[in-house]
Amino acid sequence: MSHERFERNSFILLIGILIVVSIGGLVQIAPLFWVDSTIEKVKGMRPYTPLEQAGRDIYVREGCYGCHSQMIRTLRDEVERYGHYSLAAESMYDHPFQWGSKRTGPDLARVGGRYSDQWHADHFNNPRALVPESIMPGYPWLNATPLVSGNIADRLKTLRIVGVPYTDDMIAKADTDLKAQIDPDSRPAREMLARYPKAKVLRYERTAGAAVTELDALIAYMQILGQMVDFATFDAAGPNLR
Amino acid sequence: MTYETVATFSQVTSLLLFITMFAGVVVYALWPNNRGRFEQAQRTALDLDVRSQKQEGR
Amino acid sequence: MAAKQTEWSAFSDVIAAAAAVVLLVIGLAIAGLTKEPVMAFHGLLFAAGAVLAGIGILWTFGHHNDQPLVGADTTSDGTHYQDGPIKVATLAALFWGLAGFLVGDILAWQLAIPALNFDLPWISFGRLRPLHTSAVIFAFGGNVLLATSFYVVQRTCHARLAGRWSPWFVVWGYQLFIAIAGTGYLLGVTQGKEYAEPEWYADLWLTIVWVVYLLVFLGTLIRRKEPHIYVANWFYLAFIVTVAMLHLVNNATIPVSLVGSKSYIVYAGVQDAMTQWWYGHNAVGFFLTAGFLGIMYYFIPKRVERPVYSYRLSIVHFWTLIFLYIWAGPHHLHYTALPEWAQTLGMAFSIMLWMPSWGGMINGLMTLAGAWDKLRTDPVVRLLVVSVAFYGMSTFEGPLMSIKAVNSLSHYTDWTIGHVHSGALGWVAMVSFGAIYCLVPWLWNRKGLYSLKLVEWHFWISTIGILLYITAMWVSGITQGLMWRAYDKLGFLQYSFIETVEAMKPYYVIRAIGGLLFVAGSLIMIYNVWRTIRGDAMQDAEDQPRVAAAPALRLQPVIQVK
Repeated sequence: MSHERFERNSFILLIGILIVVSIGGLVQIAPLFWVDSTIEKVKGMRPYTPLEQAGRDIYVREGCYGCHSQMIRTLRDEVERYGHYSLAAESMYDHPFQWGSKRTGPDLARVGGRYSDQWHADHFNNPRALVPESIMPGYPWLNATPLVSGNIADRLKTLRIVGVPYTDDMIAKADTDLKAQIDPDSRPAREMLARYPKAKVLRYERTAGAAVTELDALIAYMQILGQMVDFATFDAAGPNLR
Repeated sequence: MTYETVATFSQVTSLLLFITMFAGVVVYALWPNNRGRFEQAQRTALDLDVRSQKQEGR
Repeated sequence: MAAKQTEWSAFSDVIAAAAAVVLLVIGLAIAGLTKEPVMAFHGLLFAAGAVLAGIGILWTFGHHNDQPLVGADTTSDGTHYQDGPIKVATLAALFWGLAGFLVGDILAWQLAIPALNFDLPWISFGRLRPLHTSAVIFAFGGNVLLATSFYVVQRTCHARLAGRWSPWFVVWGYQLFIAIAGTGYLLGVTQGKEYAEPEWYADLWLTIVWVVYLLVFLGTLIRRKEPHIYVANWFYLAFIVTVAMLHLVNNATIPVSLVGSKSYIVYAGVQDAMTQWWYGHNAVGFFLTAGFLGIMYYFIPKRVERPVYSYRLSIVHFWTLIFLYIWAGPHHLHYTALPEWAQTLGMAFSIMLWMPSWGGMINGLMTLAGAWDKLRTDPVVRLLVVSVAFYGMSTFEGPLMSIKAVNSLSHYTDWTIGHVHSGALGWVAMVSFGAIYCLVPWLWNRKGLYSLKLVEWHFWISTIGILLYITAMWVSGITQGLMWRAYDKLGFLQYSFIETVEAMKPYYVIRAIGGLLFVAGSLIMIYNVWRTIRGDAMQDAEDQPRVAAAPALRLQPVIQVK
């Protein structure tokens, strides 16, 4: 056999492999990008506030997804334990998704509003002070670490590139909105709430006048989880894929 | 093009592709003319020692 | 001819040196321009890597023979195989293996005793866990695959590795990737996608390394002097190509700044979930299965000196395995917001996957037909064969767990963790240990291992460790799954979540002890390998088979192959 034949064989093998392994991905993944019908029509989904997004980035950084899921399955016990099953729409602005794959701790898809800000602050500081049997690590440093938020507008801009509908106004006000979310009853907070309905301005014992901390951001994120969709108007029998 | 058409199309195509590929592979593997090549290849992992020993004249 | 060869070497030296300079400039630029301390550190790591590479290249200028680059072993026409990079990858596998097992066991103890997180960011469970998974899968497993694929492709093609510096770049570039990814996790740099945590710049670097890997592998296949490409190489090639595809698609991301570590994945929600588990499951299928099946198809026949049971079966095994695996991802997303049809498809293909998996297992096991006594006499054979048995067990358990009804119980619980470890410890690590025990005397030109007795100890200690681990996770997983869905007489959920956490404690302790045994086993291996490389007198030379020796030192075959 000629040398060329050998060369051709390894390329034929290479191309054969590529074709065979591409098919599955194309068939399973590609249709999902016909987004309109993959994701249910729901009311209430909005981009995260700057502080919530900063908190989400900390959630990702600390690897919380290693122990906590954010995906309530369509099983009776899960719906009774955690609330309405998760809709695809609820994570439509999540880059990356944080559905998780393990519940060493409970699901967090609807943890928002379930505990007070103060409870979260105490719990992150020392989980076992509130739940003696808990095996979650303590995160006392979050309260002591000022949030690095200098690039928050850039982060929102990047998220806009990948499809999160942040407006020019939201990006321009990113920094003030971020700070407003720890300043209850203030004018900037009211303006922020107008841009981001249902956002929760934090109310718990903070050191007065202290800079925004990583703990603030993470609590803001915890408190919005599962809170956006208006289930009063959600029609499970409507045009969605369940 | 709606989601349903895309999904159905891809499912049917993939089923056909799978059957074709599987049949092709089985035919290739069992094709009588390939027997010699495969038997030679089967020994590839082992031959080398013997060959180099022949070279060295043991 | 010789002059032309020298010219080529000089040319590739210049290219290699230029590449090192470019890397140095990029590294220093990142370190100088960034505002993030982590990014500055990583820039300096790149720069340090470039400086070391430069020193390595310059050092060879003073040495006119290629001996440091290659090994003693030659092809039939006297060409030296390029075994230097394989030695590095083998030692790296031992190092990262120990590190990864150790971190895994620390995590296991943290789950049993949460105070071991010490309330410190760098060693808290969430940051250590990706360090463990990446260290064992990509650092340990990856280096084993680099070492064995470079070894196997040269020996089965009777050709030297393509490229002069490229194989070195692949091996050292891969270590740099590991160092950047691993330190990144501890310092809080992560993409937050399981098994794809490295951030965009580490991903880019890995892409470059991987493309060179593919070129070296393909280049060696093209140089081959055998008409047919041996089936082990098919598996290696599928592993390299598919991992490249998965890596590129799943890590599509937009960095916030070119001198910052943070980036956002282009996919969101359900699309991201599907892409991630298409990636995640095929990291299992192509990294941890196809690549290691390549090891099985070379090292088992080699060690027991029998051709693989059925070459035709291996062909059917190969094509059906790679075709079916790629569909199985959605079984990670049962009962979630993923469209139902995709879940069903994932389940169907996962169940079908059982067949080629067992086809491969039978092919591996039956290679021993007529030589079963080797299981008793040679613990290296036993490591290889028991690994295939574990492969069979995990690939039976996997399809079972992909059935939606079973998955509704097993998902989110420790059952999954147990399943993963029966595959990872039982199959991947055991087959790797077997391959390493084969490779070390072959590469360092020794007559055999320092001690076969110590391999025996390693085998038993790790087997007991694995069994403790898996059984503890079965019990804890099924217990927790049942407790979550238990109802009392009045129709209320019987247990609060924290009660199910409390119930796990004894199993977590047992699991951590199992892991400790596994770590101890790997320490025995490292000691044995160290004594072998040092060239210490063999403790049980008479017990070792002739193939334990390096090719040049082997005795005549007992059974002459026709």
